[in-house]
Amino acid sequence: MNDKVLLMKGNEALAMAAIRYGADGYFGYPITPQSEVLEKLEEEMPWETTGMVVLQAESEVAAINMVYAGASCGKAVFTSTSSPGFSLMQEGMSYMCASEVPALVINVMRGGPGLGTIHPSQADYFQACKGGGHGDYHPIVLAPASVQEMADFVALGWDLAFKYRAVSLILADGLVGQMMEKVILPEQRPRRTEEEIRKQCPWAVMGRKDMRPKNIITSLELDDDKMEANNHRFQATYREIEKNEVRFELVDTDDCDYLIVAFGSMARIAMKTMEMAREEGIKVGLVRPITLWPFPVQPIAEIGKRVKGILVPELAAGQLIEDVKLAVECKVPVAHFDRLGGNVPSPDEILNALKKELINA
Amino acid sequence: MKAEIIIAGFGGQGVLSMGKTLAYSGLMEDKEVTWLPSYGPEQRGGTANVTVILSDERISSPTLDAYDMAVVLNQQSLDKFESKVKPGGALIYDSYGIHQPPTRTDIRVYRIDATEATIQMNNSKTFNMIVLGAILKVNPMVTIESVLKGLKKTLPERHWHLLPLNEEALKKGMTLIKE
Repeated sequence: MNDKVLLMKGNEALAMAAIRYGADGYFGYPITPQSEVLEKLEEEMPWETTGMVVLQAESEVAAINMVYAGASCGKAVFTSTSSPGFSLMQEGMSYMCASEVPALVINVMRGGPGLGTIHPSQADYFQACKGGGHGDYHPIVLAPASVQEMADFVALGWDLAFKYRAVSLILADGLVGQMMEKVILPEQRPRRTEEEIRKQCPWAVMGRKDMRPKNIITSLELDDDKMEANNHRFQATYREIEKNEVRFELVDTDDCDYLIVAFGSMARIAMKTMEMAREEGIKVGLVRPITLWPFPVQPIAEIGKRVKGILVPELAAGQLIEDVKLAVECKVPVAHFDRLGGNVPSPDEILNALKKELINA
Repeated sequence: MKAEIIIAGFGGQGVLSMGKTLAYSGLMEDKEVTWLPSYGPEQRGGTANVTVILSDERISSPTLDAYDMAVVLNQQSLDKFESKVKPGGALIYDSYGIHQPPTRTDIRVYRIDATEATIQMNNSKTFNMIVLGAILKVNPMVTIESVLKGLKKTLPERHWHLLPLNEEALKKGMTLIKE
């Protein structure tokens, strides 16, 4: 047995991966189903090894603003929360995107709206991808479907955030957070030195050395023309991200008659549906968006042209389906299936929906 | 090899840790593993369950509604999961407090008096190892050696002296189970 293969929960893997990335700080407030992130960090005590700060803030509003401050200094800082807490963080998300600071935010979604339930949901899709805060902005949204991806997307999220001066959002759900699977964690990297941060983030506010020009991090710009120019710059970055960073997984799409588009835990369940369908002679393929924003428009559009129909199973009442319909420009039947409020479907429920909505429709 | 199992019972009975032990045993044999708990308020005193899948291949869905084996440790769990065993699959139930035993005839039904045995052994903490022994007797998906290896890996060294007691309980479970 490979000693590097561990068994742990998605939330724990995420916390471990952040320490190993060389994170500078975590600021968070506990909420089920992601409390293991803070718990694992407290257990590991990285402040004694790498010097990473772990702080339980007084609220989610405080936590996201601590991240905003740390990120403004070019530090690798992050927070994690679940749906109701993520709503409280929307102001911070908008400010951070407007200030072009690189940060990592994790939302392990639970059933809503309101305080809702503590069980898995994907109903924050719009909030995550379409800007839950005000103004024209996008975080880069990564959707893990396994414990390994919970670990891997920490480094990916931060790398993208620093590359584009953007906010990366890992959009998981209670199932991926709570499930244990095998995982191989990345090697421990040292935290960046001050010199390295100055080199990587020349825009960061960390004291003027050698009398360089002043760095100011702010989202406020009262001159409309300058603010419009800022917006054009943000949009230019988003177009770059759309061009370079679309990620997705294709499963059995070469010969499929029907296509499923699903992300995160629903994609995992749908893969079982596909196995069951193949046993019955129904050829089903899957496009699993890994980046929800930027959305994998092109593979869905291309495969959409040669299938009889697309099913979009989601733990939401019709959110992901809008992007799928836009991708195929409604040229092929697109059907919806959901379970809501924290309930998770079995694989055969999805198969029955496929038959009812598309095959026997 | 693929085993899709649900273990269900009262919160506090050791259902989640039994699943964890099984999952770690699978890890010791380089199998693919998923462990999905019920993490709701029900585990704090009510009913708790855990889905464990061990497989030689990549595991798709970690959540299921038909199982190769259901291990039910109270009446509520028996009522809930008896119908979800695949035809030809296995159901193991602890007889303690069961007033309506299982009725299906298209599955293999096993009874284990594990609660009774722990009362006799005067050590309630061996309960889940007795049940795990029974599980492995019905479906030897992992070896006892792997279970003990997994336990050793997860237990702090100060508890290693309990490993022989666990081994004894596993073997006891294997002898106690009745069809």
